[in-house]
Amino acid sequence: MSILVNNDTKLVVQGITGREGQFHTLRNKAYGTNVVAGVTPGKAGQDVDGIPVFNTVRDAVEATGANTSMIFVPPRFATDAIFESLDAGIDLTITITEGIPAHDMMRVYTHLGRGDQRLLGPNCPGAISPGKATVGIMPTDVFTPGRVGIVSRSGTLTYQISKEIGDMGIGQSTVVGIGGDPIVGSSFIDVLGMFEADPETDLVVMVGEIGGDEEEKAGAFIAENMKTPVVGYIAGFQAPPGKQMGHAGAIITGSSGTAQGKKDALEALGVRVGTNPTEVAEIVREQLG
Amino acid sequence: MDLFEYQGKQLFAKYGLAVPSGEVADTPEQAKAAAEAIGGTVVVKAQVQVGGRGKAGGIKLAKNADEAYAEADNILGMDIKGHTVKRVWIEAASDIKKEYYASVTFDRSAKKPLVMLSAMGGMDIEAVAEEHPEALARLHVDPLIGFQPHHGRWLVYHAGIDEPAQKGVLDALMKSYEAFIGLEATLIEINPLIWTADDRVVALDAKVSIDNNALYRHPDLAELQESVTDDPQERMAQERGVTYVKLDGDVGIMGNGAGIVMSSLDVVALAGGKPANFLDAGGGSNAEAVATALEVLLSDPKVKSLMINIFGGITRCDQVAEGLLTALDTLGATLPIVVRLDGTAAPEGRAIIAERAPANVVVEPTMLSAAKRAVELAKEAS
Repeated sequence: MSILVNNDTKLVVQGITGREGQFHTLRNKAYGTNVVAGVTPGKAGQDVDGIPVFNTVRDAVEATGANTSMIFVPPRFATDAIFESLDAGIDLTITITEGIPAHDMMRVYTHLGRGDQRLLGPNCPGAISPGKATVGIMPTDVFTPGRVGIVSRSGTLTYQISKEIGDMGIGQSTVVGIGGDPIVGSSFIDVLGMFEADPETDLVVMVGEIGGDEEEKAGAFIAENMKTPVVGYIAGFQAPPGKQMGHAGAIITGSSGTAQGKKDALEALGVRVGTNPTEVAEIVREQLG
Repeated sequence: MDLFEYQGKQLFAKYGLAVPSGEVADTPEQAKAAAEAIGGTVVVKAQVQVGGRGKAGGIKLAKNADEAYAEADNILGMDIKGHTVKRVWIEAASDIKKEYYASVTFDRSAKKPLVMLSAMGGMDIEAVAEEHPEALARLHVDPLIGFQPHHGRWLVYHAGIDEPAQKGVLDALMKSYEAFIGLEATLIEINPLIWTADDRVVALDAKVSIDNNALYRHPDLAELQESVTDDPQERMAQERGVTYVKLDGDVGIMGNGAGIVMSSLDVVALAGGKPANFLDAGGGSNAEAVATALEVLLSDPKVKSLMINIFGGITRCDQVAEGLLTALDTLGATLPIVVRLDGTAAPEGRAIIAERAPANVVVEPTMLSAAKRAVELAKEAS
């Protein structure tokens, strides 16, 4: 199985003719992802390496049956692009764009809560089910097919941890980047729930960082709802309060959102937390036996 | 972006929120002129973005223009918790009957705006929330529906606002929410919101933070952005668009991607060292980005060694190595530099360093070994 992206994925790329959009679309396609369409307003009738381009997402869905969208448009157009994808009935919208205003995301998030469509990101690297499909910007050769699920707020750390467990001969079922913004469409809990229901995932690695309280909420969810073991990692022990550490969401506000607080909360709920990526990989190996 | 009190009050006035009349002053002379223009007793308030100004002596009453001059002369240049006072706000003194608290915040956990109101204003609201939770009325707002008058009434009644002030407080709440939405703020906090002797409701302080990601829609607000940092590296990084945060250690750190850089700081600390900074050269780091980033790091005299931690995804390690060599050519740095390259084009990157890098550049195979080495080298150098 795997989750979110797989052989059933029919991908439409919003912003396919932009430099980044085109580059990553072709990489996704080369990996085997079924890329069925692209959208750039005013460019209907063109194609990108054989992928037909449409003016609107709705046109693309009607012509191709696309069920997943990847958004590559600049932040000032991205909120509109997300709503366009949702209005066109797309099941899963994956937003790579970084820098979408928080007020826009409050509205998007509230709207999402009224239906059953799913949003990944914004400010995320996408998702990959090794050997099946990749949607996003992840470097595919870091991953190998296997039975460990990874869910993360950070791109590069995900690659680091995937490579470390890969070097031990352990592969991944699906690797999901949920994004580094304060509001993202899918939380740790959403993705953990999907991994719990996936018979091909034996263990999940959750990679968190400073800011917010999603890791703490995830800890409670794991304790109450998961049989699948979860190994945690938290980045940012050395981060000073009040300073944004790269990601818009990576900021300690007052005394809340610290790495130590998250680690303590997870451990109190029985989730083992590695102190560095290498130790995380070692705990994964140990738990898989 | 955090605004100063005087900026917040000027914006409040645009949204129809009552604020005391006031003027900003950079010198005692300007403060005196402002006090004369306002007339009567004024308050001289230090403009710094840190709490506890009053206790630190940054807020003083002046009965006339000469006193305003003297107080401004005393407050300007004062150090308040590491912030130097460069500006004061002179405003008409208020006759306070009671102090309330009102705020609209971006509640990250609930992913909605949160409006809070309390009849216990003028003190640390976190302490109020802890010791008298019943005194703080809280209400989440559906951002697709907005803040309705009935929300405001609920808050006013549940916070126990005094009857004669209820209408004014309700009006202040409605306008605060309008400002929150209009400015795309992440915080609008009025502490205290006062009930005056003549039964008006006035914002006596203003704490406003604006979402940086929304500034493109607010060019007038973007102009308010001043560099609040006096740190030369932070300033240099700002000018060059490098994501940088100064810390107080001596191991300089650079990586690609926020997560791996945060993690690098942590492993340096685990290895017994102290990170000097956070620097994310970006997910798609090319040679030029690396060179720019290094220039910022190397300009910090406290840095005794560097750890460069790259996991190549979209970033190519050979490009990073080229950038490193270019930067070293130009800057001629001699301090020890520990490089760890993994992922895309890592073997090529390592080969470039092995063949062409000066002797102060060493390669380590893992993140942990690189951190240990960088910490050892920093200790040897100091």
